[in-house]
Amino acid sequence: MKNLVPVFTVLAVIVGIWYLAVAPMNVRVALDQAERAGEVVVPEGSVPRRAVSVWRLMLDNSDHVALGYALERPRLPTPGQVGQELWKTTGEMVQKGRPFSKRGLIYHGWITLQSTLWGFALGTLLGIVGAVAIVYSRTAQLSLMPWAIISQTIPIVALAPMIIVLSSQVGIEGRGVPKAIISAYLCFFPVLVGMVKGLRAPQPAQLDLLRTYNATGLQSFLRLRLPASVPYLFTSLKVGIAAALVGTIVGELPTGAISGLGARILIGDQFGTPLAIWSALFAAAVLAGALVTLLDLAQRVTLKRMGMAP
Amino acid sequence: MSWLILALVLWLGGWALNMWLAGRKESRAIRIAVPVIFGLTLLLVWEALVNAFGISPVILPAPSTVAQTFAASTDILWTDFQQTVVKGALRGFAIGAIAALIAAVLIDRSAFLTRGLLPIGNFVAALPIVGIAPIMVNWFGFDWQSKAAVVVVMVFFPILVNTVQGLNEASAMQRDLMRTYAAGYWQTLLRLRLPAAMPFIFNGLKIATTLALIGAIVAEYFGSPTRGMGFRISTGVGSLSIDLVWAEIAVAALAGTAFYGIVAWIEKRVTFWHPSQRG
Repeated sequence: MKNLVPVFTVLAVIVGIWYLAVAPMNVRVALDQAERAGEVVVPEGSVPRRAVSVWRLMLDNSDHVALGYALERPRLPTPGQVGQELWKTTGEMVQKGRPFSKRGLIYHGWITLQSTLWGFALGTLLGIVGAVAIVYSRTAQLSLMPWAIISQTIPIVALAPMIIVLSSQVGIEGRGVPKAIISAYLCFFPVLVGMVKGLRAPQPAQLDLLRTYNATGLQSFLRLRLPASVPYLFTSLKVGIAAALVGTIVGELPTGAISGLGARILIGDQFGTPLAIWSALFAAAVLAGALVTLLDLAQRVTLKRMGMAP
Repeated sequence: MSWLILALVLWLGGWALNMWLAGRKESRAIRIAVPVIFGLTLLLVWEALVNAFGISPVILPAPSTVAQTFAASTDILWTDFQQTVVKGALRGFAIGAIAALIAAVLIDRSAFLTRGLLPIGNFVAALPIVGIAPIMVNWFGFDWQSKAAVVVVMVFFPILVNTVQGLNEASAMQRDLMRTYAAGYWQTLLRLRLPAAMPFIFNGLKIATTLALIGAIVAEYFGSPTRGMGFRISTGVGSLSIDLVWAEIAVAALAGTAFYGIVAWIEKRVTFWHPSQRG
């Protein structure tokens, strides 16, 4: 809580810099628009203006600088514009009684969320199974671990269009499955590494104690190793879900996607509506924040119940 | 049918070989041989399965086909590599890393800024920043500058956060010692705090290597000159030259692994004193 004041100060500074940056970023577009509306602009014509620096333009046309803050298609929208657009595509849709309209971000966020959760579940499962295999089998450890590391140095996005083509050829309709595969790929590694650490967390003395109790391998797994790994699991789940969201959005970026936050970014790019791109980006940020916060809460509650809270 | 049996035999054979190797006394040779055998087995099984089910090369080409395409189109792959990796990813990585290091040292001077920026940096580092690719292409044009810009933003925050954390690694005792030596701020920074921060800085740099390649490739999906790995992949998928796409993926994988490997190698030289490197 003591961090609140600094965090908000820094946020306020960032927003301030953003507002200041809007003027030089948008001045050319603003002057073009003013000229088309018949106003006098120095120098005339957008081609000669390209040779003049933005600072010079702002000085010479100080009356028109304010125009840059209310453009319909700005190069850099103001935070206010982004906020308005976000509200228009979420809150206003709810007020109109059509919260799941395809023009609204709630629908697209929901599509992205679904794939993210499927990919997250799949990746977590893979990560846990892999970790158990690595902890219990030396062969698996020696064979899998280097490849798990190498797999993360491979830019998965190179594979994304490929996975989409493959799954449509195999006969899987829609994009849900390929997107989930991509996010599972990004999400399994943190879980794997965290779980290997967690399953190895019990000390030899504790394992020996269970052996003196004549516990079977399964019992010592369920009663000792698994509970001991829970804090590690939650920490890596938080990294994993953020990675899964990145994966889903990357999966929505290659051409052809229609729904999802990534597709909104793509469509915004194709139709030249920067506000749609910016609002989709911020919606993705909100989604990421919400998911990580939820897992953080789950971690606190679970650890408290297990008596492991720090 | 015989291909299917071959695939099964190959898989079991490879795994049995690895089990035998893993059971022997651990040595450097075994630690390298086992994953290599595992990878080769996977490739051979892939080859056998493609033959077994008669999968069309338009859907999934066999590794041998990909290797042939790779060998036949090295010049295309080389221009793409230069455009995407050397121009886009590496330049962006260098700019982003230097900017993040300078920013971290500046932020570190103020405890207030550190407390305010760390949570924000941590949050931003977890965001899907690749989404800014179309905006950067709009701002900086189609050529490598826009790709480098995406990479700069993507690598900036992980390196920043890790460096700021690392700069606080030196213990109070160590700092006191520097003070008794009458060392100034810069001397303490250069001789004690930066070296102590190196494991953290390299952690950030290693995370950033993968992000750099991802950023450079994704940005090419949104417009690029008629070369580059992302461009070739997205057009290759459209024109069904899937073997070339797989060759590009192989280049991306090799480039990513090599990039990571180089950073890890430098880390080993720089942080030789750290427990994780001595083990």
